[in-house]
Amino acid sequence: MAEKKQISLTIDDLAVKVPEGSTIMDAADTIGVQIPRLCYHPHLSILGACRVCLVEVEGLRNPVASCAYPVEEGMKVRTSSTLLRRLRRDVVELILDNHPQECQTCERNCNCELQKYAFELGIRDRLFQGERKRYKKDLSSPAVSRDLEKCILCGRCVRVCAEVQGVYNLSQHRRGFHIEVSPAHQGNMLNSVCVQCGQCANVCPTAAIVEHNDTEAVFAALADPAKHVVVQTAPSIRAAIGEGFGYEPGAPATGRMVTALRLMGFEKVFDTNFGADLTIVEEAHEFMRRLRNNDRLPLLTSCSPGWIKFLEHFYPELIPYASTCRSPMTMLSVLMKTVYAEKTGLDAKNIYVVAVMPCTAKKFEAKRPEHYTPFGAPYTDAVLTTRELIWMMKCYGMDFRHLQDSDFDNPLGVSTGAADIFGTTGGVMEAALRTAYEKITGKLCENLNFFEVRGVEGVKESAVMIDGKIINVAVSNGLQNAKNLLDKVARREKQYHLIEVMACVGGCIGGGGQPYPPPGMHIMDAGLLKMRAKALYTIDSQKKLRKSHENPYIIKLYEKFLGEPNGHRAHELLHTHYEPKFPRGIR
Amino acid sequence: MSPKTADTHVALATGGLPEHIVEFIEQTRSLPHPESYLIAVMQLLQKHFGYLPAKTLDAVSQRMQIPSAKVTGVATFYHFFTFVPKGKHTISVCLGTACYVKGAGILVDRLKEMLDVEVGNTTKDSLFTLEVARCVGACALAPVVIVDDKVHANVRPDELIKILSKYGYKAK
Repeated sequence: MAEKKQISLTIDDLAVKVPEGSTIMDAADTIGVQIPRLCYHPHLSILGACRVCLVEVEGLRNPVASCAYPVEEGMKVRTSSTLLRRLRRDVVELILDNHPQECQTCERNCNCELQKYAFELGIRDRLFQGERKRYKKDLSSPAVSRDLEKCILCGRCVRVCAEVQGVYNLSQHRRGFHIEVSPAHQGNMLNSVCVQCGQCANVCPTAAIVEHNDTEAVFAALADPAKHVVVQTAPSIRAAIGEGFGYEPGAPATGRMVTALRLMGFEKVFDTNFGADLTIVEEAHEFMRRLRNNDRLPLLTSCSPGWIKFLEHFYPELIPYASTCRSPMTMLSVLMKTVYAEKTGLDAKNIYVVAVMPCTAKKFEAKRPEHYTPFGAPYTDAVLTTRELIWMMKCYGMDFRHLQDSDFDNPLGVSTGAADIFGTTGGVMEAALRTAYEKITGKLCENLNFFEVRGVEGVKESAVMIDGKIINVAVSNGLQNAKNLLDKVARREKQYHLIEVMACVGGCIGGGGQPYPPPGMHIMDAGLLKMRAKALYTIDSQKKLRKSHENPYIIKLYEKFLGEPNGHRAHELLHTHYEPKFPRGIR
Repeated sequence: MSPKTADTHVALATGGLPEHIVEFIEQTRSLPHPESYLIAVMQLLQKHFGYLPAKTLDAVSQRMQIPSAKVTGVATFYHFFTFVPKGKHTISVCLGTACYVKGAGILVDRLKEMLDVEVGNTTKDSLFTLEVARCVGACALAPVVIVDDKVHANVRPDELIKILSKYGYKAK
C-alpha cells in the first residue's frame, strides 16, 4: 500500500506532520495536546455534536470542531485562548444546566468525563439552573441500567451499538429538548434486541448507562450467617483489577485479588478457570464428535453470553451449530451447587455463588431460566463486574497495593494455562486446539502456541493440520466482525470447522464490565487490550500444565462424578440449549 | 415469550402490513438507497391506519431491513406521525397569531373541558381527536376550527357545542 501523503501544520506553534485525512484532533494527540472531547471516540464515526473540542484556525472566522475538521497544508491551529476557554466552558455549562446536580451520590463520581471537564474547564459557579429532564430509570435489564436524566446526547452508545456491535438497539427518539436515547418504541433494554454486552456503558461519558448494581445483594449475602458465600473470578479479572488501584493495565494482581476476596468474607475463592478447563474438555469432545460425523460444522463457541443472545436474535438459523456447553462461569456454579455441596455436606440451597466477571451480559446469563437449579434458584446467585468488585474492595477500605499474595482454594481453583487465555480473543480457540489435537491424534501437541489466532484484530483465520485433515478455524471479536464472518457461514462461502466468537472487542479483557481506561487510553484501545492480553499469555506460558485435559482435578472430577466427557451426567449438568428470540435483529 | 414478543411474532408471520404498502416496499428494492423510502412508507401507513401501529413498524423494519430503533427514531422525530389511534373525527384548532389574538386559546380550553382530553389525545369513546395547528393560512376567518376537512370560521366558544353535535357530540 502506498504511503499516505504527509501534511505539515502547526498546532500552538509546534510543527506537526500527519497523514492526509487526519483531523486536527488526531494531529494534536500525536504531540500530547489533549483537546477536550465528549462525543468523540476514536473507534466510532465522527459526530461533531458536543462542540467541546473547538479550536481556532488562522484565517477562519469561527472556531471549528477539531474532531471533525481535516488538516490542511500550512494550517495554523490554536488549541487554547481566552475565547476558546470561554466557549468550551459555556458548552459544558449548558450541558450541566439540565443535568442532575448529584455528583457526590452518582455511580460515576470521580470517574465521569463530564465532571472531569467541568473541573478542568474551570466551572466553579452555577449561574443558571435550566429546566431538568425527567425520566424514570430503566432498570428492566439485569445487565445494564439506563438513567436518561444523566444523558448528554453524545451518541457514543448509539454508535458503539450500531457500528462496533452491529446490534443497533439504540437510537435517538423525538426531538429538541425531548430527545432521548432509547431502544425501539422508546422501550426498555430487556424487551429489545439488546445483547446486554455493556459496551454502551463502557463508552458512556456519564452515568446514563451503567451496569445493573448487584453489590448490595452481595453485601447482604456476606452478612447473612445462614449463607455459605463462595466466589469465582473470570480469567480476565486478574488482568485488569489492578487498574482500579493505580497499577498499569496487565500488572500481575492475581494473588492480591484472592487475598482481598478472602478479607471480604468469602468462604472459598474459586477460579472460573476451572470451569474454563472443563468447558474445553466438553467442547473439544463435542467438536471431535461432530468432526467424525461431519455434523453441524462449524462448531460455534458458546462462552460469551452477549454473543449467544446475539445469535438468538440475529442468526437463529445458526443456533444448531452453537456448542451446547454452558459457559465456564455457569459450569463452575453448577459444580458448586452439586459436587461441592455433596462433598462438603452443605445444603445447596444455602450456598450463595458470586461470580466476578468482566461482563454485564453474564448478569443476564445468570438469570436465564436454563441456568436455574431444580429447586428454583439460579446456579449463579449474583454477578459482579470488575468495576463493582473494585468499588466493593474500596468500600471495605482495602489497601490493595499492600496485600499479600495467596492462592485460590482447591480443587475448584486449580487450572491450566489454557484456561487463563480464555480472557482474550483467540484464547478459547487456542485452548480448544491444544486439547482437540491431542485427543484426535493421540499424539503429544508439541507446539502449544497457536500464534495465528492471537492478537486483537477483529477477525483472524487459520488452517490447522490435525491427523492429516485441514481444520479451518476463525476467531472474531466485536459483533459487527462476527456478522461478517457468520454471513460467510450462512452463505456457505467457506467450510469452517471451528469458530470462536467473543461479543466484545478484544474478548473478555475488553468486556462491558472492565475498569474505565486510565488517562490517555480509551475503551477498545488496542494498546490497552494488548497489555491486558499479555498478562494472560504470560501466566499461561509460566504454568507447568497448559492443556485443559491435563488438569488433575478435572480428570478426577470425570472419574468420580461426571463419567465420560459429553456423557449422560455431563450433559445433564454442563450443557444447555438456545432458542430464537424476538424481536428479530436486522443483520 | 412475553405477550408483546408473541404479538411481534404474529406480525412477522402475517407481514402485518396492507398489501399496497408491501408492494411499495418491494418496488423500492431495485431503486438506489431503498432505505430512504422509510418516511414515504410510514406516510402510507398512517394514511391507511390513521396512526402508526407498533407492530406494523416492526414489520416495516423487517421488510426494509432497517433496525427497528432507527424506524421508531425517525417516526418520533416528526410531529406528523402519531402512535395512538385517532378518533372518528379530528378537531384542529388554529393557534396561529391571528386566531390566537381572536381567542383560539379559549376555544382550546373549552374543547379540552367539553371532551375531557388533552391536546393530541382522543376521547374515550374514540369519537374525537383534539389537535392544534400553527396557522392554516385563513387569518381573515380567525379564529378557525377545522373538523375533518370542514373549516369553521369566526368561531365563538358558545358555538362549539352546536358545531360538534353535527358530528355526534352529546353534552354531559
